[in-house]
Amino acid sequence: MMKSPTRRRRLLWIAAIALAVSGTAWGVIRAFNDNMVFFYTPSQLLAGEAPGGRSLRIGGMVEAGSLEREAGTLTIRFRITDQQHTVPVTYTGVTPDLFKEGKGAVAQGELRNGVFVASEILAKHDENYMPPKLKN
Amino acid sequence: MLTFLKQLGSPPRFFKVSGPLSRGLTIAAALLGIPGLWLALAGTPTDAQQGEVYRIIYLHVPAAWMSMFLYSVATGYAVLYWIWRSPVSAVMMRALLPTGAWMTLVALVTGSLWGKPTWGTYWVWDARLTSELMLLFIYLGLMALAHLVEDETKTDRALALFTVVGMVNIPLIYFSVVFWNTLHQGMSIGAPGAARMAPEMKIALLVCTFAVWFACAAIALARGRWLLAMREARSRWVREVPELATP
Repeated sequence: MMKSPTRRRRLLWIAAIALAVSGTAWGVIRAFNDNMVFFYTPSQLLAGEAPGGRSLRIGGMVEAGSLEREAGTLTIRFRITDQQHTVPVTYTGVTPDLFKEGKGAVAQGELRNGVFVASEILAKHDENYMPPKLKN
Repeated sequence: MLTFLKQLGSPPRFFKVSGPLSRGLTIAAALLGIPGLWLALAGTPTDAQQGEVYRIIYLHVPAAWMSMFLYSVATGYAVLYWIWRSPVSAVMMRALLPTGAWMTLVALVTGSLWGKPTWGTYWVWDARLTSELMLLFIYLGLMALAHLVEDETKTDRALALFTVVGMVNIPLIYFSVVFWNTLHQGMSIGAPGAARMAPEMKIALLVCTFAVWFACAAIALARGRWLLAMREARSRWVREVPELATP
């Protein structure tokens, strides 16, 4: 079926176009890689890899036992960790239902004197789906 | 098998086969969809972390998979058209686009409704969500191109080319949760390692996926069938089809 020279030429053309487009896309993605990151980890933040002087997001686990609620207000304090480094976070407002100690979270805000002041908290749930009794 | 596939490339043969095939797929979709709906809403256990809200997965994941799968199939037809210039490939490439666009929209809307109670937001610009939104725009752009001029055959080549070009977005969507930090969680199915989903939930998800798959295939085949009859309206085989005879 592929014997005809016209068809072979067309196949080569479409392969060449697909290759050129994928190559360009790959280059563009490499160039924009830093902007494709939705959040930075505490290690990246402390290593100075996150852009300074503007609002950014950090993500990781809410360290078990670190969550404190200030009595009579909506202010909370907790530490966010990637198992290597931790960053203290403070936030005033309502948190999503799945925001819990030992679970993933993403905070948007800025680092002020070593404390991450968050303006928004999002819960990051994992990819595991299990009925309650099977939960470890 | 190969001769059968080659025969399918002939317009009258495709018109004849696609009708019963589309009807059969519709019945299969209903036969799977009814138990699928029951499993999704009642037959599966509650999720330990998310409670009942996780049940939207049984619509969200099939729609998201279909949005990517239908685009890949359309790209396959675009390549076939580019090489063989067969009218059946051209109409099937066109027929898949609106169904794929609907599936993308369903995935985006259900994902957004799921995001609010779990993540705390309807929308974020993370790599997974943004690349899926790009897919919707690619579908809409291709559909606009498909209807640009009245004589459809004139845009076939351009449409095939741009469909192939848009294919770069598909691996981007699929692997976005692996390549970058995203708010969207990683893969539950298809990822290496331990089971991430209880078996009864996985089975229910597969039943729902096959139901949506068959429904999409039935719709695309029916649309492709009539697009073909319209395109070839002046040829002899169309005039010989009793259903299409004009009184």
